[in-house]
Amino acid sequence: MFEQNISSLAKQLRDKDISSVELTQYFLKRIADLDPQLNSYITVSEQQALQQAAAADALIQSGQGSSLAGIPIAHKDLFCTQGTLTTCGSKMLNNFIPPYESTVTSRIQQAGAVMLGKTNMDEFAMGSSNENSFYGAVKNPWNTDTVPGGSSGGSAAAIAAGLAIAATGTDTGGSIRQPASFCGITGLKPTYGRVSRFGMIAYASSLDQGGPMAKSAEDCAHLLQAMAGFDEKDSTSSETATEDYIGNLNAPLTGLKIGLPKEYFGDGLDPKIADTIMAAVKEFEALGATVKEVSLPNLKLSIPSYYVIAPSEASSNLSRFDGVRFGHRCDDPKDLLDMYMRTRAEGFGEEVQKRIMVGTYALSEGYYDAYYLKAQKIRRLIKDDFTSALSEVDVIMGPVAPTTAFNIGSKTNDPVAMYLEDIYTLSVNLAGIPAMSVPAGFVDGMPVGLQIMGNYFAEAKLLNIAHQYQQNTDWHLQSPSMAEGV
Amino acid sequence: MSIDKDDVQKIAHLARLTLTEEDADKYQHSLSSVLTLVEEMQSINTDGVLPLSNPLEMTQRLREDVVTEDNQRDNFLANAPQSEAGLFLVPKVID
Repeated sequence: MFEQNISSLAKQLRDKDISSVELTQYFLKRIADLDPQLNSYITVSEQQALQQAAAADALIQSGQGSSLAGIPIAHKDLFCTQGTLTTCGSKMLNNFIPPYESTVTSRIQQAGAVMLGKTNMDEFAMGSSNENSFYGAVKNPWNTDTVPGGSSGGSAAAIAAGLAIAATGTDTGGSIRQPASFCGITGLKPTYGRVSRFGMIAYASSLDQGGPMAKSAEDCAHLLQAMAGFDEKDSTSSETATEDYIGNLNAPLTGLKIGLPKEYFGDGLDPKIADTIMAAVKEFEALGATVKEVSLPNLKLSIPSYYVIAPSEASSNLSRFDGVRFGHRCDDPKDLLDMYMRTRAEGFGEEVQKRIMVGTYALSEGYYDAYYLKAQKIRRLIKDDFTSALSEVDVIMGPVAPTTAFNIGSKTNDPVAMYLEDIYTLSVNLAGIPAMSVPAGFVDGMPVGLQIMGNYFAEAKLLNIAHQYQQNTDWHLQSPSMAEGV
Repeated sequence: MSIDKDDVQKIAHLARLTLTEEDADKYQHSLSSVLTLVEEMQSINTDGVLPLSNPLEMTQRLREDVVTEDNQRDNFLANAPQSEAGLFLVPKVID
């Protein structure tokens, strides 16, 4: 049952072949049986899930509710959920019960979906391997010696292992797409401003964006339909109208123009991944697309630009964690300064402290122009590269990451090597455009994601392209053997 | 670009983080490697390029200055490490 899609489950719920309570119990049992091997959940909200499922059954009974009614999903533990522990993967928030609900989780709840629990993540979304969680590393269901990617690694692992039908994630520099690629699922980072950031615990506010993660593009479309849209509570929310993401899935791809950026296929890319991506591109040609080379000349500069802008914004955003109003507070502070300094040293993990300090340095007196302002100028060059390439083609395709999932612990001593892993994803956040990761094959038994990048607010187009690919391939239908183990 | 241990302690103080000597050693190394990584930007000519702070180049939306939230004092205080008489309690600030 875990391998079924949302449309099929929604039909069975409406036809009374199964109830949402039964479906929820089934997933809760799978989590209890299998998650000890993966650690993909921080909190499982069993009682609340069963209450929501009973309410969804009543809603469906009365002929109401969207396609998500009664569907068990999970939320990244970065979305504030009223009354349910929200840790953001940090010791700092190990006792934080939000007094309010994020817009994303509220909209999904109103659509009738059932929340199974909150998924594990790199602390404050800082990481590409999920090894930076205070609640322990997450394992990749395809090989538990390897990482699931990050920072939305818990969501990706849970979906791949059949411990939720779909999940929310957030993507600041690749945190939806890279774990989706490593775990063989589908994930979409929408255009900046498409999905409300209200109630998302902020990392880098000009880059953060929530999005859907699921087995297929079709399931992502169902989730995005509920998530997307203007929200007056988010000052950078876009007023651009949403599209019919589900209704557009079946448009033909004839005449689609695909751009392949030569910078995405250079040094550092595993040649077997390059072959996998090119095989996927061939599939699109067979579906009527044409392919041409494009250039994103400033790609390499996305790493320094991102690793100034994101830490700078983080150092400002994370100043709210001071031990006064919520979260961790150190024992027996001798004065206010001592309380701030020990609370933060105890509450934040190493990677978070490091990024706060990088940002503090970049924003400090005398360095602002050389770092932050310079990074923002380079950000414009990167945006201009995409605007120019996307004036020649409809979408850009390439790899999501230069390698498949790496071994747990193999990069923890070399943070810069870990940062270089993000080379193909960071630029998308700097430009603010939407992008997906779509399962496109396997290298040595580990999943590989194809990245599809589009113009601003082209989410319906991206989902359409990914869905047509998935109608002609079955990579997204593969499950790791551990998922069958119940 | 490398920074020394005094710089690390100075930055840590600005960021309100207590560092042990051992931490300072560790961060001296890791901060230097990040600063070296971002150094690459300095060789790029960005004369005449305007900084980009919002990818959609949106301007701040304004709204009427009216009360939109109810008083939720008790809800918010429920998460406070220490509170008293409806107030957040902190160590003594003024003697």
